[in-house]
Amino acid sequence: MSYLPGTASLIEEIDKKLLVVLRDGRTLIGFLRSIDQFANLVLHRTIERIHVGKKYGDIPRGIFVVRGENVVLLGEIDLENENTLPLEEVSIDEILEMQREEQLVKQEEEERKKKAMLERGLQPHSELHDDMF
Amino acid sequence: MLFYSFFKSLVGKDVVVELKNDLSICGTLHSVDQFLNIKLTDIQVTDPDTYPHMLSVKNCFIRCSVVRYVQLPADECDTQLLQRCSKKRGSSE
Repeated sequence: MSYLPGTASLIEEIDKKLLVVLRDGRTLIGFLRSIDQFANLVLHRTIERIHVGKKYGDIPRGIFVVRGENVVLLGEIDLENENTLPLEEVSIDEILEMQREEQLVKQEEEERKKKAMLERGLQPHSELHDDMF
Repeated sequence: MLFYSFFKSLVGKDVVVELKNDLSICGTLHSVDQFLNIKLTDIQVTDPDTYPHMLSVKNCFIRCSVVRYVQLPADECDTQLLQRCSKKRGSSE
């Protein structure tokens, strides 16, 4: 195998449609136009895809330069199966509303846990941040 | 470079990579580089209900900094060899 330092093996993925998961949990889908050894990325014609349960919504975003440290993974979209997913696309407003509700439910659960721990004399550790690592 | 060589010897085997965001991905190890960035082919997410994002993805590149664990096939790992290698390095340095 030829020696490609760092993330240079991603050169093969250039101009392909990729799914990028970021550290804050966001999912971007776009065409990879450039990379470097840190996995800094340039994404073209990007959309942000929000999933809630079995539903998803796409928000058009344009061009992204992503700093490498925020990249979790890059996935090559399987173009054959792309349109046969067991998921349903909904409008942007709808998915944003669903996302907000989901976050509220999560927040409430966190509060409940925190309260229960305090009642039992335990110091609640805030392990769930938006930015988890 | 010990673990780089070790991972290179596992290329083509099935592994499970658990990420720091609790996503775990099962797939065939395609390649690894000196930072231990990992490329997997034929992936499957162990909990697709929580992570529906990955359903349309077949091959993926995982950045080294987000990996928590790699689960390896037990019968493919020569732990005694690994131990000997680290002892040898320890005494030579």
